[in-house]
Order: sequence, then C-alpha cells, then structure tokens
Amino acid sequence: MDALMNFGHGIFGGAWPAVWALLKIVAIVAPLMLSVAYLTWAERKVIGYMQVRIGPNRVGPWGLIQPIADGLKLLLKEVIVPTGANKGIFVIAPMLAIAPALAAWAVVPFNENLVLANIDASLLYIMAITSMGVYGIILSGWASNSKYAFLGAMRASAQMVSYEISMGFSLICVLMVSNSLNLVDIVNAQATGRLAGVGLGFLSWNWLPLLPMFLVYLISGVAETNRAPFDVAEGESEIVAGFHVEYSGMAFAVFFLAEYANMILVSALTSIMFLGGWLSPVGFLPDGILWLFAKMAFILFLFLWFRATFPRYRFDQLMRLGWKVFLPVCLVWLVVVGVWMMSPLSIWK
Amino acid sequence: MDFQTVVFFFLAAILIFASLRVITARNPVHAALHLILAFFTCGGIWALLQAEFLAIAIILVYVGAVMVLFLFVVMMLDINLDRIRQGFWNYLPLGAMLGLLMVLEMGMVLGAKYFQVPAAEAMSPANVSNTKSIGALMFTDFVYPFELASIVLLVGMIAAIVLTYRGPKKSKYTNPNKQVFVKAKDRVRVLQMPVEKD
Repeated sequence: MDALMNFGHGIFGGAWPAVWALLKIVAIVAPLMLSVAYLTWAERKVIGYMQVRIGPNRVGPWGLIQPIADGLKLLLKEVIVPTGANKGIFVIAPMLAIAPALAAWAVVPFNENLVLANIDASLLYIMAITSMGVYGIILSGWASNSKYAFLGAMRASAQMVSYEISMGFSLICVLMVSNSLNLVDIVNAQATGRLAGVGLGFLSWNWLPLLPMFLVYLISGVAETNRAPFDVAEGESEIVAGFHVEYSGMAFAVFFLAEYANMILVSALTSIMFLGGWLSPVGFLPDGILWLFAKMAFILFLFLWFRATFPRYRFDQLMRLGWKVFLPVCLVWLVVVGVWMMSPLSIWK
Repeated sequence: MDFQTVVFFFLAAILIFASLRVITARNPVHAALHLILAFFTCGGIWALLQAEFLAIAIILVYVGAVMVLFLFVVMMLDINLDRIRQGFWNYLPLGAMLGLLMVLEMGMVLGAKYFQVPAAEAMSPANVSNTKSIGALMFTDFVYPFELASIVLLVGMIAAIVLTYRGPKKSKYTNPNKQVFVKAKDRVRVLQMPVEKD
C-alpha cells in the first residue's frame, strides 16, 4: 500500500490525493453500474421464474449479455425532446435523478476501513442527499409538458415527502440505540450485546429489538424508490409511464439507472442499519464484506419478490399507509425505545 | 489564495447569481429552482465554515422537503405574468427600502471582515463533532428555548390544519380504512344450488 502511495506521489506529485480519491470513486461507481445492469437481468429472470416463464435467454448463455445489449440499444437511440418541453430542465432532470443516487455512496461503509469518507454525520448526509432524488422526477414531469408525465410528477412528490418522514423516524430510533450518526459506529454497536457474546450475533442486530422500525424502513424504502407495489409515479397501466413517458434513448436509460442504483442503495442502508452490515450472523464464521453483499442481495430479492407478488396500491391507499399507519407506529415506537433505553431492562448499555 | 478561499468565492458567486435569478426569472418554476440552488450553495458555504450540522440541516429541510412542496404548488398555479407585473412601480419604493435596510444590517455585521473568509474557529473541542456538541447544547443549556420553539411549530401546524379545514366532506368518498379490511365473503355470497334437470 505504501509502495502504491509513493508511486502515485512520484507520478502526480501534489495532485495525488485528488487522483487517489477519484480512483476510489471509480472503484465504487464502476461495480455499482455493473450491478445495476445485472440487477435488471436478475429482475427479469426472477420475475420470469415466479410467473413460470424463462425470462431473457437468447443473448449469451442464460441471457447473461442481455443487459449489455439493452444498454447499447438505448445508447444508440435518438433522444427526442418534445416541442413544448422546457428544454434545459428536460435535459438536466435525468442528471438530477442519478446524481444523488451516486453521491450517497460516498459515506456507505463496506467494512470497518473500506469507506470513501468516514464522516461523523454520515447518517444525516445520507438522509439529506437521498431527499434530493425527487427533484429529477418532479422536474422531468413538469418539463415534459405532458399531462401523464405531470400527473406522475405530482404523485411522486407527494409520495416521497410522506414516506421520507416515516423513514426519518425509523432512522432516529436506530441512532438512538447506536448513540451515533456514523454508519461504521452503527454497525459496530450491533456487534455488542448479550446474544452476540454467545455467538448468536444475528439476534443482537437492530432488526429484532427495532422490528417495527425495520419493517417501516423496508416498506418506505420500496416506496422511496418508486418500486412496485408503490410505483404510482410510473403506473404503466394508469398513466402510461408517468414522469418519464416523454424520454427516450439514453435520457430514459439514466432514469432507469437511477431507479436501480437507488434500490441497491436502500438495500445497502437497510443491511447496515438493521442487519448488521458486514457482521457475521454466527460466532464461528468471520466478519467480512461478503456478508454485506449477501444481505444486500437478500433485500434486493425481496424488492423483486414484492414486484412479482403485490398489485399496485391505489394512490389514496398509499397516502393512508404513509400518514395513518407508519407515522403513528413510528411515533409510538420512538417513545417505547426511549423508555426502554432509560429503564433497567435496557439492552443497549 | 488558498484552496478554501477559492472554494468560498466559487460558492459565493453561484449563490449571488442564483439569488439574483430568484427575483429576476420570469418563469416562477425557474425562480423556485434557483432558490433551491441558492439553498444548496448556502449549505456548501456553511460546510466550509465547519458548521456541518447546519449545512446538512438546510439541505435536508429546505431542499429536501420545503422546496419540494413549494415547487409542487408553483407548478400547479396558472400564473399570469402581466397581472403580477402590474403593481411593480407602486411596490418598488417600499421593496427598495426594505432591501436597502437588509443590506445595511448585513454590512454592519460583516463590516470589519469585509471580503475575508473568516477563519473557521474551533467552536468545540477537536475530537467532538459539531453535530454532537449542538445536540448537547440544545438539550442542556438551551432546553427551554428549544422546547418553546417546538411548541411554536406545533401551534403553527395545528393552526394551518384548522385554517384549511372546510367542515365535514359532503361529496361521496370511499373509506380506504374499511376497504383494506374487506374480505371476499363480505362482497360475494356463494350459494349452494341443486343442479336443475328438466
């Protein structure tokens, strides 16, 4: 490692720290984009098998080259800007959608040392950055100058604002019990406890004591990423394709990338916040980054499973779930956790 | 000029440009977008001053929530630009006076430090994060003002609901609460019938 650092200094001189940071960013974003591509493949395969179909199987063995072919096709297609569209905003909207999805990865830890920026307020940073993702959707809907796109944008903004609140509350419970806003500390806090001491680590992770918050976070995560059954912003069968109905070619592909990158982000955050991140579930196996990937894969499978299983929520049912079910549950559980922590029965001492 | 100063002037230039566009943009949606940009840049400047909690809070609250709702409303308004511009000259003296007053106040506050980036002074011990020390202060020294502020906010929230409540709904509507708990047997009755033979 030191040799690498010296080598870099020799070539780039004073600019080396910036180059090094850039290299680290590439090392996160490139595999992320590749996972996005194969997540689309996995989605089509998994849903295919759930619906007793085969899914993509023509391009490459088991259709493995299908996502690359899809990407190429979209890249070569023309981007059509509607006549009445607000051109500038129409073009920057997809960028506004994908930028937060990528920027949030800056503070996501892959293990104790493997994190781009280990800042103290990383949980706050994540909440702030992910809350900006909705602008891409709202602006694309407005700038398209199309009724369907506009309806999608309106639905998306109402939905995002309502689910962000319950998501925030569930994260507040997590930071209360971990006594930190730092994601690395949050994972480390889950490694301690009576049950972790006897080798049953997975029982000391946050998902068990904070079970209602775990479920609220998971479901709000599905809603935040506009995935089925909460995909009212797209709603192909109601409003054609919602906010991105006027987009074609690469501009559409960027929205697609943003949606899947957000799914992977939410699965990573759920794993870190509630499922112990890189911690091993049992004492006799070592901790490691593979555990994090396995947990993320499990959550992503849940996302696909939900899509194959549940019919789409109606918009008023969606609002009811957010405001009348999740919010009261969060408020009550917040008080319960507070009292629990102060009582002699506290397990977080 | 060191790197921090360069970043400060970069952010400050964007902030001033965005703020000017907020009041000069003809399209209200563009004005709202520039306001978002202004908030975001402001967050950047605060982060530069090592006030990371404030920086993240302004992005979380204003950019992430308040401006989304703002944009939501502005997009749905049918704004007639001519009518808005009608009173421009009547309101100009009052507006100019208020603006001048604000500039004066800010000038007096900044005064001595004019055009100099204030060195980020360590407000709290180096090993305690800004967020943590704000939290500690908020719930110890300033707990009463803090609680008072939250009560004021709660009153504001309730007032907004009371002001916009238009009495019980007269139109027909479905109750999703009942709908979700509906079972098939509430709606469909399966009857046993003997097969009819003629």
